[in-house]
Amino acid sequence: MSGGHAHALHIHGHSVVHRLPGHLKVAALFLFVVAVVATPARAVWAFGLYASVLGLVAGLAGVPVRFIARRMLVEVPFLAFALLLPLVGEGPFLEFGGVRLSEAGVLAAWTILAKGSCGVVGSILLAATTEIPNILAGLNRLRAPKAIVAIAGFMVRYLEVISGEMARMRVAMAARGYEPKAFWQVKALATSAGALFIRSYERGERVYMAMVARGYAGSMPTFGDVLTSTADVVRALALPGLAVITAAVALVVSG
Amino acid sequence: MSTSISVTDLTFSYPGGLKALDGVNLQIGAGERVAMFGPNGAGKTTLVLHLNGIHMPPPGRVVVGGTPLDDTSVMDIRRRVGMVFQDPDDQLFMPTVRQDVAFGPANFGVSGDELDQRVLDALGAVEMVHAIDRAPHHLSLGERRRVAVATVLASKPEILVLDEPSSNLDPASRRELATILKGLDVTMLMVTHDLPYALELCERAVIIDAGKLVADGGTRELLGDPDMMAVHRLELPYGFDLKAV
Amino acid sequence: MHIPDGFIDGTTSLGAGVIAAGGVGGALRQSAARLKDRQIPLAGLVAAFVFVLQMLNFPVLPGMSGHLLGGALAAILMGPSVAVVVVSVVIILQAMLFADGGVSALGLNLINMAVVTTLSGWFMFRLVRAPFRPSRRAVLGASFVAATLSVVVSAVMFVVEYAIGGVGGVNLFNVLLLMAGSHLLIGIGEGFITVAVVGAVLQARPDLVFGASDLRAEGSPRLPMKRFWILAGVAAAMLVSLTVFASSNPDGLQWVAEQTGLAQEAQGSLIATSPLSNYGAAGLSDGAGRIVAAAVGMVVTFLLGWLTFTILRRRSPV
Ligand SMILES: Nc1ncnc2c1ncn2[C@@H]1O[C@H](COP(=O)(O)OP(=O)(O)OP(=O)(O)O)[C@@H](O)[C@H]1O
Ligand SMILES: [Mg+2]
Repeated sequence: MSGGHAHALHIHGHSVVHRLPGHLKVAALFLFVVAVVATPARAVWAFGLYASVLGLVAGLAGVPVRFIARRMLVEVPFLAFALLLPLVGEGPFLEFGGVRLSEAGVLAAWTILAKGSCGVVGSILLAATTEIPNILAGLNRLRAPKAIVAIAGFMVRYLEVISGEMARMRVAMAARGYEPKAFWQVKALATSAGALFIRSYERGERVYMAMVARGYAGSMPTFGDVLTSTADVVRALALPGLAVITAAVALVVSG
Repeated sequence: MSTSISVTDLTFSYPGGLKALDGVNLQIGAGERVAMFGPNGAGKTTLVLHLNGIHMPPPGRVVVGGTPLDDTSVMDIRRRVGMVFQDPDDQLFMPTVRQDVAFGPANFGVSGDELDQRVLDALGAVEMVHAIDRAPHHLSLGERRRVAVATVLASKPEILVLDEPSSNLDPASRRELATILKGLDVTMLMVTHDLPYALELCERAVIIDAGKLVADGGTRELLGDPDMMAVHRLELPYGFDLKAV
Repeated sequence: MHIPDGFIDGTTSLGAGVIAAGGVGGALRQSAARLKDRQIPLAGLVAAFVFVLQMLNFPVLPGMSGHLLGGALAAILMGPSVAVVVVSVVIILQAMLFADGGVSALGLNLINMAVVTTLSGWFMFRLVRAPFRPSRRAVLGASFVAATLSVVVSAVMFVVEYAIGGVGGVNLFNVLLLMAGSHLLIGIGEGFITVAVVGAVLQARPDLVFGASDLRAEGSPRLPMKRFWILAGVAAAMLVSLTVFASSNPDGLQWVAEQTGLAQEAQGSLIATSPLSNYGAAGLSDGAGRIVAAAVGMVVTFLLGWLTFTILRRRSPV
């Protein structure tokens, strides 16, 4: 149940990781996460290795541990769920410090904790090292549907404009003493959301006009591709490749 | 002087039935800089939207540089008439300044090195080259206005139409924009409520009220006619002395 | 509700990815004509709106808050196919730019939050409207029911995924009760907000409410009733079989049988937040009892919807 944030996670920098083309980084993240998810949870050593891979990338990119830790908060509801599992799970049970823990529950909790954390840190690293336009360009190159990427571009562009409008409305309401405590009081809030929708929509109409005025005729122009060198491909895919091999070994050994 | 924009008997109603333009006639010569005044809701934006075919005649006629505006000529006219909209947040819709400035010329078929050069030239003209890779929404309002001007300059228009270019700018940004606009070699039509700004930039002015063109003359003469000004809800800023400028 | 990586196993996630791609692809194809031109910037702005709306935490009860999913709202405002596309964009960017929801779980999250909420919301909306004349009241009532149930359906979808590929150790019926129960509450909040938003838009720009286009169009055709009653039958049958499946699941029965020991306390606190927990505690231990519980939940939601609207309407023109 986490809300989002209007400010993306980007950290400005010029590291090797920052400089890699967006589509390679998106592909690398995907590969890495698939490897992590496919790894049997009992292969604890493999997760140690994944953690070091992530640590290495974070180090190369100069993304501070604190920053990552703070952003990992999005995971908390699921961690809470994970920590409950040993308590509510079914037998067989093991005794631990006088508490009866479900064996399956403990394993499940570990799975969620380990895999979820690897995934979320990987995603944070992508977002931290890649400017949003490069992520969009990357999705384009990875052949995500054109309409999706185009809509995403507009969404990213107007996210702050609209959240700013929303924030101003809420401030205006708070200034007049409005602070909802239960859902039967949210009507005013929601009515302002209605106004926000109309504003967003009408802005959409004006943006469309501005596009037409500059020759838009139904399809977004595509701008020159970033050149991708073999070296980039190797750099981007080396560590995820390692993760895939690790996952394969772990599957054979523990699977 | 050849005619750059010619509007004849232009009438327009919004779907709600409201008559926003009512038989407007206006001729603007090549290289002229013309200011357009009028109270809120007079129809200024509506008129301006006709000049590059966002709203289309008939009824009435719009001719740009000798070409009548119709379905076949509309793309060509959009290239030749650059529109700078009232709110730069509506105009700057791409993820980066570079892509935004490139949007127009790319649509008009420019590509490759020439496109890059166009982007650089246009940003150079408004002194915003340093912001080329930034996101438009991270710029200040003054910077966004300037980039908005660059987005149309990149298509090399013959005519520049600006809707309230100086609104909400701080005095320094307002001045910088004026310097940039003065330096451009284009025909210019500028909708504005900023009368001193118009006086500085435009030798000629027109007044629109309730969808009709009600006055056309020298900017200084119009601003110096107190009766005309009062009827159309125009006021010079407090303490402003026409004779002192 | 953004599922992280590893919460659901790889195979299921992959399968979900394929299904989600199919769903989103279908929606793209459906909406292609509208998305082509003017709707692209509009859809982007609405996506930003949905994103901002999802950041809005609203109080459900004093001390408990939820946040909007917005799928049903998007469907009512923009039509189902455009809404699926719009909410998908939101979900994809949340994963890519904000690390919210795992990349490998993208398919699951798309199904739950972009496809299922949107389509079930739209479906409920049409269904509730079907028997009534087109009116503002009907639109708002249907919006409430649709939004509320879309959240519950999305939660149930989550449980289905968890049943197929979740890391084990906990009994499913328990999860179902917890999820459906808490999301019924959150759903009611979603319902209220959705109604207020739709109401506000209906007042200022009725032309922007896709789901109310029959209100203003002179003599536009009424909803094809026959098709909707068939669909309603299918939905009811699915609901019943899902309930039977859940309750005949050995896990579920075991849970009821196993009301002793340490597990009991934990479970007690776990499901205390669920309004349906009362039905469970009342000793509805067999499948029939659970069907009743589910049906009661539905009926209560409907009634609440109608009640709210009669009250709201009397007080003010929403
Ligand atoms: N999209 C629209 N639909 C309906 N009516 C409109 C629309 N846009 C403008 N109008 C109406 O048309 C009239 C002229 O509007 P226009 O925007 O051209 O005025 P303006 O002179 O630019 O005003 P301002 O100085 O406030 O910008 C106004 O009465 C306005 O309410
Ligand atoms: Mg205007």
